Amino acid sequence: MVTVSLYHYLFVSTILFSLGIFGIVTRKNAVMVLMGIELILNAANINFVAFARYGNFGFQGQLMALFVIVLAAAEAAIALAIVLNIYKVFSSVNVDEIDRLKE
Amino acid sequence: MDLITLSVIILFIPLLGFVLTLFTGMNFKWAFLIENVLIVLGFILSVVLLYNKLSGYLDTDIVSEFNWINLGIIPFFGEIIIKLGIKLDNVAVIMNFTVFLISMVVHLFSIDYMKGDKRYSRYFAYLGLFTFSMTGIVVTNNVLMMYIFWELVGLSSYLLIGFWFEKKSASDAGKKAFIVNRIGDLGMFAGILILFVTYKTFSFQEIFNAVAAGQLPFNSEFWLTITGLLLFCGAIGKSAQFPLHVWLPDAMEGPTPVSALIHAATMVAAGVYFIVRIFPILSGDALLIIAIIGAISAFIPATIALTQNDIKRVLAYSTVSQLGYMIMALGIGAYVFAFFHLITHAFFKACLFLGSGSVIHSMHHEQDIQKMGGLRKKMPITYATFLLATLALSGIPLTSGFLSKDGILAGTLAYTSLTGNWFFTFIGFTVAMLTAFYMFRLVILTFHGEPKNKEKYDHAHESPFFMIMPLVLLSGLSIFIWYTPNPFNADSGWVLSKWVKAPTLSVPESARYPFMVEEQKQESIVKQEEEVTFSHEYTHAMHSAHVPTIFLSGFVAGLGILFAFLFYQWKKLDPNKLAAKVKPLYNLSYNKWYFDEFYNSVFVGGTLAFSNFLRWIDNTIIDGIVNGSATLTRGVSKVSGKFDNGVVDGLVNFTAYFSGFIGLLFRKFQTGKVQTYIVLVIFSLLILLFLFKSF
Amino acid sequence: MTLYDIIFYLFALVTISSAYLVVTVRNIVYSAFSLLFTLFGIAGLYALLGADFVAIVQLIVYVGGILILMIFGVMLTNKITNVQIKTGVFQILPATIGVGIFGGFLLAVLLNTNWLNLNVKDSPATTFQLGQLLMNEWVLPFELLGIVLLIALLGAASIARK
Repeated sequence: MVTVSLYHYLFVSTILFSLGIFGIVTRKNAVMVLMGIELILNAANINFVAFARYGNFGFQGQLMALFVIVLAAAEAAIALAIVLNIYKVFSSVNVDEIDRLKE
Repeated sequence: MDLITLSVIILFIPLLGFVLTLFTGMNFKWAFLIENVLIVLGFILSVVLLYNKLSGYLDTDIVSEFNWINLGIIPFFGEIIIKLGIKLDNVAVIMNFTVFLISMVVHLFSIDYMKGDKRYSRYFAYLGLFTFSMTGIVVTNNVLMMYIFWELVGLSSYLLIGFWFEKKSASDAGKKAFIVNRIGDLGMFAGILILFVTYKTFSFQEIFNAVAAGQLPFNSEFWLTITGLLLFCGAIGKSAQFPLHVWLPDAMEGPTPVSALIHAATMVAAGVYFIVRIFPILSGDALLIIAIIGAISAFIPATIALTQNDIKRVLAYSTVSQLGYMIMALGIGAYVFAFFHLITHAFFKACLFLGSGSVIHSMHHEQDIQKMGGLRKKMPITYATFLLATLALSGIPLTSGFLSKDGILAGTLAYTSLTGNWFFTFIGFTVAMLTAFYMFRLVILTFHGEPKNKEKYDHAHESPFFMIMPLVLLSGLSIFIWYTPNPFNADSGWVLSKWVKAPTLSVPESARYPFMVEEQKQESIVKQEEEVTFSHEYTHAMHSAHVPTIFLSGFVAGLGILFAFLFYQWKKLDPNKLAAKVKPLYNLSYNKWYFDEFYNSVFVGGTLAFSNFLRWIDNTIIDGIVNGSATLTRGVSKVSGKFDNGVVDGLVNFTAYFSGFIGLLFRKFQTGKVQTYIVLVIFSLLILLFLFKSF
Repeated sequence: MTLYDIIFYLFALVTISSAYLVVTVRNIVYSAFSLLFTLFGIAGLYALLGADFVAIVQLIVYVGGILILMIFGVMLTNKITNVQIKTGVFQILPATIGVGIFGGFLLAVLLNTNWLNLNVKDSPATTFQLGQLLMNEWVLPFELLGIVLLIALLGAASIARK
């Protein structure tokens, strides 16, 4: 008897989501922040696919996961371009040093 | 061109000359010619004005005015409209002509007299300003403009008397003239204000009409008298009458042609002219006081002039004396003769001053007559003109001075016969004798006898053409023929019979002299075709007084001349012995009746003492109060300062510190780091979730 | 305890532990490597959930594309010569507290919610089904997604070149 249910998948995605947020908040390197974002996106994707498996939505959940993956790719591309620009301007990608927002 | 326009042009010509000369004089050597050409032009135009007025409008007054300031209706007072205007009557145009004639000859005389002065063109500019001011007084139709130009005259006299201001005495004399005049002007100003408050107009004619209609200041004849006397105060100052006459002899510090201008045409004539203007509203009491002041002013300076040794001072005191004559004549009702004397006196006094200027010029600024003598041979033309003018001033027949002086003396006699008062007659004839005496003393000491200062005498010479020509012109005008065909009676001459007439009085009959009240027609006494002055009674008295006056005045003048010759020419009598005999009187006269000393000790000293007293009050009481209040204020401020520092500042600082503390607290959240914000977002999201949780 | 369960727990363990390493390891390169395992684990979970196509796409796009991109970013923005490929961490305490509470809250929500739990049988051919969906009712989002990708590529290139 299979004991793994929707709860287990959601539990994993919740942990992933929290770790992603933790990564975003704590890491200084901008690329690491991006990795945190990827973790969050993946946590959401797990949810989509799990709900598609255990709910009656058909394949649309998987479809949505595909869309998210594509958008994540686009986001990663643009974000890395931005990070490169930040590096050009500040000679650093440490987010805590980039506090122009304060002024 | 109508006469108003012409007179306005005449009025502004000297001002134009003043402005142009003043502003070009610094850079342009011949700037003084502008002023001279303009003044000659003004003279020609004033001749045209005189001719046109007397031929075309002999009996009409030409008046033109415009609204200058319209203040609308003032609460508790009424409507105020201030008008400026021109009034051309015969008196005005004759005076205008006189002013320009004298001014012109003074200008021409000054060309040579002032040559080499470092402020040459400025001098001419001032002369232009002086002429402008006097012309304004002459042609105006209202008392406000009169006052404005009156003060302008004061200003220009100040400028000219103190022209050589490097000399302390000259600048002092200028200040003295200005301040003494101001005392009189104060009264005049008060009088003008009373007139304006009462009649709400400044115009002479409107005031006369209102007085004639029975409207009086404060509804009392007494106040009309007071008003008249206040106005007369101005004339006392300007015409150098008795209490305020002290400035005029000091004014001799100015250049001699300026003295001629002041004495003959512009400044002192202004006072007499003003009385002539306001004559209709002078009540009998006011006229009596005016006559008394005039008599005193005629007598005292005449006695002073007896002993003075400065040629210009003698003439100055004679001017005061003659002005006193005119004022006295006005006071006793001899209006036409007073004005006539103003004109004739202007000519021969200008001639005398210019003549003395000529003498001083040739003697290299020597003014003491005791150091002159014998100049007759060196300066024949100056001598002849000076002598002619002296004869006129002494009132010798065939001169203009005889005609006018005789008229005034006849007026005093008529006054005596009408009122029984001998005072003015006595003064009049005494002064006539004294005048003849001191004038011939002056002539004899200057021109006759042996030269006392040989060196200066040898250098003396006849003056150049531009200085001689005015003398000849003016002495020519001292001959009777210009005024009347009859050398013994001016009544039939054109000046008195046609041109100048006594005005109709506006004063209520109860306030007049009794003889000025128009009684019922008494045609049996006076011939019908003759002019009637004031009343038949007065006209009759004048007529009957005339013939005795001729002999009497001729006699006293001759007596004066005889004594002068006895004392100084033939040396039959020794003036020094006489002086020693009447030492107190001599000293009184020589020291000018101690007026200056009296004024110095009483007014100047009194003012100083009073100022010292005030200073003491200031220093001890006022300053004490001020210091006390300052100390008090300081104490209060100390307390309030403590309060301020402790409580108010404490509160303020506390607020500031509190805000700073809060700021420090919240500043932590504002790091500029996105991640911090995310943490905060998480926390706030948590709070929201707990608030809205459904389980 | 079936094989399915064992495989699930295996993948879940790999995913979560490597994700933990991603966010905690100081060395960026290690971190990126850990991310590789995380993504692998997630792909395995997708496969367990019967979404084989999504799992393949996850491998191709994430592991083959995005992760390489990330490592490129790391390499380009750190001075290799210094070998300073470490990253600092900060505000650990507030993050731990916040994330802990937040995660606890999410778990509470998860456990307190009455989920629909159908346990539908898996379809053997998800690729075909997905292709039909994409070309029929989801064709417009699909095209829009293509445009978004194109614009993103152009934008990224243009920004990075600046």
